Amino acid sequence: MSAENPLTEDSGANPAVDGSELIRFDKVTKRFGDNTVLDDLDFSVASGKHVTLIGPSGSGKTTILRLLMTLTKPDEGTIKVGGDYLTHEEKNGKLVPAGEKHIREVRKNIGMVFQQFNLFPNMKVLRNITEAPVTVLGMSKDAAEERARELLDLVGLAEHIDKYPSQLSGGQQQRVAIARALAMRPQVLLLDEVTSALDPELVAGVLDVLRDIARSTDITMLCVTHEMSFARDISDQVLMFDSGRVLESGPPEKIFGDPEHDRTREFLGAVL
Amino acid sequence: MTWDWSAVGDFMPHFWDGLLVTLQALVLGSLISFVLGLVWALLMRAPTRWVRWPVGVVTEFIRNTPLLVQLFFLFYVLPEWDITFSAMTTGVVAIGLHYSTYTMQVYRASIEGVPAGQWEAATALNLPLTRTWTAVILPQAIRRVVPALGNYVISMLKDTPMLMAITVLDMLGEARLFAQQNFQFTEPLTVIGVAFILISYPASLLMRALERRLVR
Repeated sequence: MSAENPLTEDSGANPAVDGSELIRFDKVTKRFGDNTVLDDLDFSVASGKHVTLIGPSGSGKTTILRLLMTLTKPDEGTIKVGGDYLTHEEKNGKLVPAGEKHIREVRKNIGMVFQQFNLFPNMKVLRNITEAPVTVLGMSKDAAEERARELLDLVGLAEHIDKYPSQLSGGQQQRVAIARALAMRPQVLLLDEVTSALDPELVAGVLDVLRDIARSTDITMLCVTHEMSFARDISDQVLMFDSGRVLESGPPEKIFGDPEHDRTREFLGAVL
Repeated sequence: MTWDWSAVGDFMPHFWDGLLVTLQALVLGSLISFVLGLVWALLMRAPTRWVRWPVGVVTEFIRNTPLLVQLFFLFYVLPEWDITFSAMTTGVVAIGLHYSTYTMQVYRASIEGVPAGQWEAATALNLPLTRTWTAVILPQAIRRVVPALGNYVISMLKDTPMLMAITVLDMLGEARLFAQQNFQFTEPLTVIGVAFILISYPASLLMRALERRLVR
C-alpha cells in the first residue's frame, strides 16, 4: 500500500463517525410474488461500523443491500440513511414516495460492490473509476484521475490503468470495482458477496484489500459474505438472518463462538 | 442469343448513372434507417404508454406492409395534400423509413442484451439517466448491433430496384431503359447483375470482419 493513504483524507468529508445511527430499517417488508423475503424487519447500523450479514441463501441478506442501493423498493416500511428517508420524502408533514431528485441526493452517500463486478466493459480501467466522479460529483478530469491513480495504487493495480476490464482477471476486476466505488467517497459501502464469483486462488487478494480499507477508514461497511474468517476479522457486528428476519446479532466472537440459537449453530456448522 | 460487347460499351455510361443513384439511395436510406430505428427503439422504452403505443402501432404497420405500396403512397398520394418531394427524396425516405422498422428491433434486442448489472452499477454510481444511456448502455448495445444492421444494408441494396416504380433510374432502371431502346436485354441486365454481386458480396465479407472485431 502507498505511504499516502487516499482513504484517510475522507475523514473530514465524513460527518457522522461518532457512532451515531446511520442506517435504520423500520418495519421493512419486501415480497417477490408470494415469497416474503424480508418480513417486518427492524435493524440499525451505527456509523463507522462494519456489519456482516450472514445466513442461509434466500434469507434476504442481498435484498437488504439492494434496498439500500435503491435497486429495489420496499413494499412496506421505511429506510433511513443519515437521518434522511431513502425511498420516501416528507411533504407537508406527510410521507410520500420520494422523487428522483431526493433519491439521488440520499444515494450519494452509498456505494456498492457487486458479486459480478459489473465494470463497464466499454471503458478502460481509468475511466471506469473517473466517470462518476466527473459526471456526478463535478470533479475536474485531472483531480478525478489523480484520485483514481491513488485508489488503483491502494488496490495494487496501478500498472493496469490503461487496460479494458476484459483484459483483467476476476480478482483484478473486483479490485477495480472496489476502487470505483470508493472514488465516490461514500459514507456507506455495500459489499454483496464480492468474492463468490472468483476462482479460489483470487479470493485472498480481494479480501486483503477490503481488510485494509476496513482497518484504515471510517467507512461504514455492510457486507454479505460466506467467507466466515473474513467476517470474523473485519466485523464489529454480525447479523444472522433467517427467513427475512434477524435471528440474532452481536459481536463476531459471540455469534461465531457462542450463538444463542441452534439455527445459527447449524448454519455455521454447515459453512465453516 | 449472341453476346455483343459493343452493347456493353454503349450501356456503360448509363450504368454509371444508375450505379450512382443506387449507391446514393443505399447510403442515405441506410443512414435514415440507422438513426430512425434507434429513435423508435428508445421511444418504445418511454415510461408512458402514450408514447409507446402510437410508435408501436405505426412501426408495426410500416413493417407489415410492402415497401412498394409505401413508395407509391408517398409518391402519388402525398402530393394530393400538397406535399411533394423529388422522386429520389421520396424513394430514399421510403426505404429508410421501411427499414427503420426492422433496425429498431435490432436495437431493441441489443439494448435488452446489455446485462442488468450494467444498469445497477450505473445506479450505484448515481449516474444520471441520460449519461447512463450515452456512456454505458448505448456504446455496448451498438457494438452488438453492427452485424445485424449490415445484413439489412445488403437487403436494402437488393430492394433499391423498386425505386424504378416511382421513376427513379437506379441500375435496373437504366438497364431496362437501355434494353427497351436498343432491343438488347442480355448485356445490360448481365452487367447490373454482376454489379450487384460485386457490391453485396464484399459488403457481406466486410460485415463478417466487423463482427469478428466488434463482438468480443
